[in-house]
Amino acid sequence: MAMLGSINGVLMEGLDGDNTWHLKDYVARGGYQQLKRILDNNISQEEVIGEVKKSVLRGRGGAGFPTGLKWSFMPRSFPGDKYVVCNTDEGEPGTFKDRDIMRYNPHAVIEGMAIAAYAMGATRGYNYVHGEVWMEYKRFEEALDEARAAGFIGQNILGSGFNFELFAHHGYGAYICGEETALLESIEGKKGQPRFKPPFPASFGLYGKPTTINNTETFASIPFILKMGGEEFLNLGKPNNGGTKLFSVSGHVNRPGNYEIPLGTPFATLLEMCGGMRGGRKLKAVIPGGSSAPVMRAEVIMDCTMDYDSISKGGSMLGSGAVIVMDETVCMVKALERLSFFYYEESCGQCTPCREGTAWMYKVVHRIENGQGKPEDIDLLNSVLGNIAGRTICALGDAAAFPVQSFLKQFGSEFEYHIEHKTCLVPKDVQWAGSGFHRVQA
Amino acid sequence: MFSAETLEKFDREVAKYPVEQKQSAVMACLAHAQEEKGWLPPEAIEAVANYLAMPPMAAYEVASFYNMYDLKPVGKYKITICTNLPCALSGGYHAGEYVQKKLGIGYGETTADGKFTLKEGECMGACGDAPVFIVNNRSMCSHMHPEQIDKLLEECK
Amino acid sequence: MLEIEIDGKKAQVPDGSTVMDAAQQVGVYIPHFCYHKKLSIAANCRMCLVQVEKAPKPLPACATPVTNGMKVFTHSELAVKAQKGVMEFLLINHPLDCPICDQGGECQLQDMSVGYGPMKSRYTEEKHVVFHKNVGPLISMEEMSRCIHCTRCVRFGQEIAGIMELGMANRNMHSEITTFLGRTVDSELSGNMIDLCPVGALTSKPFRYTARSWELQRRKSVSPHDSVGANLVVQVKHDNVMRVLPRENEDVNECWISDKERFSYQALNSDQRLTKPMVKQGGEWKEVDWNVALDYVAHGLKDVARDNGGDALAALAAPSSTLEELFLLGKVMKGLGSGNVDFRPRQSDFGTDFKRTGTPWLGLKLAEIKDLDAALVVGSFLRKDHPLLAQRLRQVAKKYTKVSLLSVAGDDQLINLHANLAVAPSQLAQTLAAVVKAAAEIKGVAAPVGLEQVVVCDAAKRIAQSLVDGDKRAIFLGNVATQSAAATQLHALALELGKLTNASVGFLGEGANTVGGHAGWALPSGANARQMFEQPRKAYVLMGIEPEFDCANPQLVLGALKQASLVVYMSAFKHSPALEYADVMLPIAPFTETAGTFINAEGRVQSFNGVVKARGEARPAWKILRVLGNVLNLDGFGYESSEAVRDEVLGKGAEFVGSLDNGLNGVAIALPGTVDGLQRIADVPINFADAMARRSPALQQTVDAKAPMARISEQTLAQLGLADGAQVRVKQGQGEAVLVAQADNNVPVGCVRVAAAHVSTAALGDMFGQISVERA
Repeated sequence: MAMLGSINGVLMEGLDGDNTWHLKDYVARGGYQQLKRILDNNISQEEVIGEVKKSVLRGRGGAGFPTGLKWSFMPRSFPGDKYVVCNTDEGEPGTFKDRDIMRYNPHAVIEGMAIAAYAMGATRGYNYVHGEVWMEYKRFEEALDEARAAGFIGQNILGSGFNFELFAHHGYGAYICGEETALLESIEGKKGQPRFKPPFPASFGLYGKPTTINNTETFASIPFILKMGGEEFLNLGKPNNGGTKLFSVSGHVNRPGNYEIPLGTPFATLLEMCGGMRGGRKLKAVIPGGSSAPVMRAEVIMDCTMDYDSISKGGSMLGSGAVIVMDETVCMVKALERLSFFYYEESCGQCTPCREGTAWMYKVVHRIENGQGKPEDIDLLNSVLGNIAGRTICALGDAAAFPVQSFLKQFGSEFEYHIEHKTCLVPKDVQWAGSGFHRVQA
Repeated sequence: MFSAETLEKFDREVAKYPVEQKQSAVMACLAHAQEEKGWLPPEAIEAVANYLAMPPMAAYEVASFYNMYDLKPVGKYKITICTNLPCALSGGYHAGEYVQKKLGIGYGETTADGKFTLKEGECMGACGDAPVFIVNNRSMCSHMHPEQIDKLLEECK
Repeated sequence: MLEIEIDGKKAQVPDGSTVMDAAQQVGVYIPHFCYHKKLSIAANCRMCLVQVEKAPKPLPACATPVTNGMKVFTHSELAVKAQKGVMEFLLINHPLDCPICDQGGECQLQDMSVGYGPMKSRYTEEKHVVFHKNVGPLISMEEMSRCIHCTRCVRFGQEIAGIMELGMANRNMHSEITTFLGRTVDSELSGNMIDLCPVGALTSKPFRYTARSWELQRRKSVSPHDSVGANLVVQVKHDNVMRVLPRENEDVNECWISDKERFSYQALNSDQRLTKPMVKQGGEWKEVDWNVALDYVAHGLKDVARDNGGDALAALAAPSSTLEELFLLGKVMKGLGSGNVDFRPRQSDFGTDFKRTGTPWLGLKLAEIKDLDAALVVGSFLRKDHPLLAQRLRQVAKKYTKVSLLSVAGDDQLINLHANLAVAPSQLAQTLAAVVKAAAEIKGVAAPVGLEQVVVCDAAKRIAQSLVDGDKRAIFLGNVATQSAAATQLHALALELGKLTNASVGFLGEGANTVGGHAGWALPSGANARQMFEQPRKAYVLMGIEPEFDCANPQLVLGALKQASLVVYMSAFKHSPALEYADVMLPIAPFTETAGTFINAEGRVQSFNGVVKARGEARPAWKILRVLGNVLNLDGFGYESSEAVRDEVLGKGAEFVGSLDNGLNGVAIALPGTVDGLQRIADVPINFADAMARRSPALQQTVDAKAPMARISEQTLAQLGLADGAQVRVKQGQGEAVLVAQADNNVPVGCVRVAAAHVSTAALGDMFGQISVERA
């Protein structure tokens, strides 16, 4: 199944798992009609961008930057190559929506990229696919072959004179490549180390050429926006939070998976769609937008709707729409320890605060988790994270700092307990009981 | 150094990029090289670098940066297990413990018969299917509960 | 122009400036590690975070472009908090080994931790340890835990040296600077990485643990090693030279020096120094007093002149001798009635003597290289002969300058070359003629007379076109062109090409003082450096020359020396082969122990003083020659100082030589005919290039100091029936050498590359002469 559930679904509607991803199925669903309409009718670049602006589509990769506005930053009259790049390096813990888009609706991405290329005058594109997902990468390559053979990408597309070559680039295991400039470095065949900005990719991107990078879901939304019109897409969601969005729900729910719902849907509704809490346990905390988003206490998120503004008001961020649900059996120190390890491990090592700071934070949290904590550690952690956040080349520093900051803020008493009693507040025997793993003696 | 088949793959990768940007294919070529050799011996890295007319050190930077490249020999089956938080919440830790016990090795270790290597992985972008394993960088296995794990190990001949 | 205010100081800066640029302009210091004005911006250390008005976060000064009206605060609470935060991160894993660290006292991390570091460490976790590396004889990477990952060394390799030998492997906290597979760092500019390293991670292997930086006196000097005349700081302890570093001079060496310049100093303190005058009596060498030695020399020379005429005397000096030394040597010889004096030992064609219209030079200022639209280098092992000049060309070739090389080997110059043409030495003039003819065709004018038979190839057209386009172009004749048997024709052709394309024409210059030799009247009025050996003389004076290594045809020179009745050998170093043919050995002071003047390729007059006392009884050669003049009762040897000598030659206060001009009078184009048989191509390997480099143990362990091989293209090897790796005997005249054959397709077909300047090839003949090869 493509989707476990949806409300007014758009991107993933009418799909039947692995059976309907091919070109013929996509075309039967009305696919490539928007690209054809634009090319056949010579619809201007401004008009296409205008429609995207009207939809208030916000970048689905995590930052939530308005897509139409981003497109308008691309220099119009640049003489050489310009690039559009799709970011399918989906590695933010909790996020797994782009994988399903690639699996079940890859042509929507291709059409979206082709339209974007047309709108920005780009002639080449790359889709950077997360290293760990091989099958999806191969499938996307197959979809590219289909689209190329049908004349939807390549030279002189549909006889319009518009050229757009599109390729897939496979990552090989580096979370940081989800950062757009690290991704560009990676395509260039280098370590995925983010570039400092300015200059921004719109002026100095791939191979130094103007480049726009969008998330998979963002590109996949484009054909649908053009089909229904920007305004109607916007109205699916709520003002300033246009459209439907895919939410990847993981953790302690009965049916983890992807759900396409209009922005503005209450969290409680989403939780219900997921079949509620696994084993009927009590909700303790939710990370609403991927592991980098500040953790929210149950009572706060239960009052939120799932959109950029509401979650932001609740003290976190919608990010990539990755909802990590934790029940009462979770030790928050251990949870943070694992996240801190992730940021330490995935730091590219380039700039000082992140390279040194992420390791330091992990070591301290690790110590606390292992009964070696000291009372001053909490202040120390807050001070160290303060020296990382806002001081690094890219956002990974912030992403590493926010979880620590929010866990300490929302669940500080658990850390204090750990330090004082050298053990968990959550009794060992019930810890992670909600995992659903069928324990058997090996 | 490489089979004709692998070299053909190299060429296909190189063709994706502008002519003067051959280096862009380094990640893919290293991956194909690893697929052929089972791991990435230094000579293979250097051969890829020479093939793409880039400094061997630059290719080594890449090979040592991305964590799916194996700079040391691994077992016939390299099983990478995601233990990141979303997966752990749905059994990632437990699945890891289960496999470790079953194979009698820890993360980063290879069984004495050279058949299995276990690695602790980071987010694979499939948290909804936890526990998630990847075998030899390519084959993703979802919902790895004990029965499925037993079956997988059984199938790895 | 943009207006900016930094800490209340207002300034106007050009568009595109960064906050760091602006701060330097107004004299505000912003702490930094990774930023270096000659390297690309990395912005990775984050030490230069400053507060910018309206910016919510502190911004890195090095990477933040100035916007009009920007207000920057480098010492505000926000800025200092950020800087201190970074400092703490840098220190948490840094070892506390300052007391035994070579960088101690000149460590940016140490200095800045005084200003920005915490009093007490809050870090109680285990420190990260990085394993040491061996990257060769010059750079020590023993304590890599000290590394702060600024990547200056990596960027230097990629950007300045043109070769990425060091890189930063791995990621996160496990990032570490290393070479591929533990290989050595072999760039001829590698030592600069030691200077660039802001901490004690990369240190000088030869200097390690020999002195603390605060014990050293810093004295200015000028490099004697090549024609750029790099400005040096020579660091001295107890009258020993301990270390040589670049002295920044943007117009000359920028902030770099080559490894040869950096590490040759090891020879100065070695037991290979000649420290006592010596005279051979009855076949026995005896140490004698200076007055005895000079009396002996004076009498000897005077006797030969009296009995056989002044023409029976000849003197040959190294082109790295000072202006004063060369001038006084010529003056002594003149006083003895001999015009047989020269300073061009590796030259073999002297056809332009008496036909030059001025002092040959580079043709433009070094600093003007950056303005070139195109350049053609003719006959040069560019990177190894002129590392810093090559570096300048490397930088401009990355941007817009079309740099072409027409030479005798296709070695990788690590320069983005527009054309790289390697031809046999005998074809060099023909090929340059093709470029001349192509330029004439492009210009639509008649080709110069004498080029009727020349065939224009595509490569020649490509080079000619690059020289026709653009505003500012240059043609450089390298050492191979100077040393070529067709040097005169190459010079004349270059002038024709210059005339056609409006390009400047110049010489890269073989030695530190080649221009000075020309300007200093050390040129022969009689026999030149070849004739003086072809027609053997009775007496020779050699100054700073090791004939086996430094001459165009050592075989010829040694033959003449051995038959002479008097050979006066002036040298800073012992040289055992000379014990056989010399009669007197006079210990002269190397550049660190004498005052003097070098005139670099661009005609820049650079005088310097000795930085240490002369070793043993060694004396400055200019003083020795002054005394010799007096002992010989010659007029005009009453100089009080080296400056007085210089001023007599150049006039007072000259910054540049006045007579710089590469013109020729009365040289017709007459292309050399084809040559049959195998031709030798002899490079002068960089670390064998002079007597000092040859005696630096560290340099002698480098890849650049590997024993010469017989390098032959695969095609020629096959024709000769030889295999790669075979032992071969190469022969020139009566001399031969047994070497290993190495397949090298950078060597033109029909040629054998056998380096000069090495003991294993010292018995051979002309550097670019005929040679035979057979299985040994």
